[in-house]
Amino acid sequence: MEQLKTTAEAERKLLLQTTGLSIGYKQGRNNLKEVATGLNLEMFAGEVICLLGPNGCGKSTLLRTIAGLQETVLGTVEIEGTELGQLKPALLAKKISMVLTDNVRSGDLDVYSLIALGRYPHSGWLGRLTTEDKSVIDQAILSTATGEFVDRKLATLSDGESQKVMLARAIAQDTPIIILDEPTAHLDLPSRIQLMRLLHRLAKDTKKAILISTHELDLALQVADQIWLMQAGGHMATGLPEELVLNGSFAEAFNKDGIMFDPATGSFNMHASGVKSIAVNGDGTAAFWTRKALLRKGFHISGAQKESLAVTVLENAGQPRWTLEKDRKITTYHTLRDFLKNVNLIEPT
Amino acid sequence: MNKIKVSVLLALLVFAFLLDVALGSIHIPFKAVLGILISPDTADTTWLYIIQQIRLPKALTAVVVGCGLSVSGLQMQTLFRNPLAGPSVLGITAGASLGVALVMLSAGTITSLYSIKELGISGSWLIILASSIGAAMVMLLVVTISSSLKDNVIVLIVGVMIGNITFSIISIWQYFSAPELIKDYLIWTFGSLGGVTGDQLLILTIVVIIGTAISFVSSKLLDALLLGDNYARSMGVTVKRARLLIIGSTSILAGGITAFCGPIGFIGIAVPHLTRALFNTSNHRILIPGCCLVGTLLMLVCDIVAQLPGSQTVLPINVITALVGSPVVIWIIVGRNKLKGF
Repeated sequence: MEQLKTTAEAERKLLLQTTGLSIGYKQGRNNLKEVATGLNLEMFAGEVICLLGPNGCGKSTLLRTIAGLQETVLGTVEIEGTELGQLKPALLAKKISMVLTDNVRSGDLDVYSLIALGRYPHSGWLGRLTTEDKSVIDQAILSTATGEFVDRKLATLSDGESQKVMLARAIAQDTPIIILDEPTAHLDLPSRIQLMRLLHRLAKDTKKAILISTHELDLALQVADQIWLMQAGGHMATGLPEELVLNGSFAEAFNKDGIMFDPATGSFNMHASGVKSIAVNGDGTAAFWTRKALLRKGFHISGAQKESLAVTVLENAGQPRWTLEKDRKITTYHTLRDFLKNVNLIEPT
Repeated sequence: MNKIKVSVLLALLVFAFLLDVALGSIHIPFKAVLGILISPDTADTTWLYIIQQIRLPKALTAVVVGCGLSVSGLQMQTLFRNPLAGPSVLGITAGASLGVALVMLSAGTITSLYSIKELGISGSWLIILASSIGAAMVMLLVVTISSSLKDNVIVLIVGVMIGNITFSIISIWQYFSAPELIKDYLIWTFGSLGGVTGDQLLILTIVVIIGTAISFVSSKLLDALLLGDNYARSMGVTVKRARLLIIGSTSILAGGITAFCGPIGFIGIAVPHLTRALFNTSNHRILIPGCCLVGTLLMLVCDIVAQLPGSQTVLPINVITALVGSPVVIWIIVGRNKLKGF
């Protein structure tokens, strides 16, 4: 067992490492504002890392510092063993590519030209593309499924399409590390899932290390091999997503007034826990959604059988039925709406 | 596809060039013009003089100016990522004007006499030097301020304001200057393609070739800058160095041209848009030569219009470029708005 673990560790190729890193930004002329200190972070090949944290806690500053767009305050960032400051800009561009939140407004740019710009660090002084460049670009287009709109102008793309195009550009840059700053911010749910799945597959297939800052907690829990959880004040917790759920880091980071992180479901409860208690018996989809509905109505769900109020959800040939038991009085409802209307009328005991 | 476009442009360009040489206040038959261009020895001496000393240099100046202004306008639009940027909008022309005003309005005073006699700097060199320095100073000022600004609209406003400040300094100077000197300066501000002959034309051509060459060399940088400073940096561009290079070549182009021909507006804004629309690309390796072609053609057309074919009057070139250039700018803004509505 021990041996197995060490070989597995050895196979994880360390691409980026920060040691005692302090990050910050200039505010005014001489005023340096530190947002986080003493960061020891590691990025391995083939891993997706999600950087989570509330707005304004310094996620972008961290990304920009790691990528060399911003000076480090203290400590070091090493990329494949070389310190960031020792890497010439042209060489650094072959190590890290980025997808930023910057709005690219150049409406005359067509999609293919934009993706081809990813070859910038590799192409000659005039930027002429070789056959090798072209095949890398084609590969990037293929893996992001952007082929159907390569001829369109940037200005005509939807947010989801343009985010995929920016990712294709980063892939064409052909770097071991890709950093994305809130890539899912303006996307609808299907596009968000699509993009996250794409990033996950990309990391596995190409052995790239992909660092994503995001607010999508549930998606991050699903795709991340590692989570960097940042809190206002610069405190950073890192580890497997499940570790962070179990050791309470998530609850600590996100619990605010009336919002509770529920480790049992990995999601947030936005409804304050109610005064009325009800036991919900039964499993399956109908029971699951009944619990959700009751939570919304302000009920506290308890698993205990001894509650004076209990509902049993039974599914019969796809037809759910709600059996409400109150003080041994039993009523059966055939629709959820009906059940909720009646259960709501019950005064708290 | 591009080859056809370039061929058509080249054909139009040759035609416009010949037409520009053939037209003027003194009527010379088209056949005679061709004759003089092909074998100068057999021609009428008066006509030969007019063609060789006046019209040919003027047409060549139009070619050089059209190239230089268009390329510098293209660079400014890319660097500032603003479709309305151009050498004149961001105060470069104002800076050049200040340099020229400094020389012209202080003509006969100690500064210019000293430079002419002691340093051996003669008229055209002094003007081109003063103009280029003036242009570069204003441009550096705009870029220094803009480096701490994120919003391109604010950068544009800063450029326009610095231009205004520069022009008001010139106005104050004019207020205290002798009327003859002011008249010289005012005529210079109307812009003129004439009067640039011999050595001066050679100097101007060299200046524009150098400026355009620098621009062409930095075409890869310009492509990367289309995505903004941060993306450019992430692709390995040293943005400050790139800015300096682009500012350098723009100052050489706009400063040099303004020194010899006076401020010529709108070509720098309009031509890049025309070229982008025509070649349907944002690749500077294609756009820069494209701007040279389109800019040259438009400048020759403007010069032909300025001569009011069939009349004895010649209008100032600056009036015509604005007259032709402004509708183009309007057309672009309206077109852009439609695109957003998609």
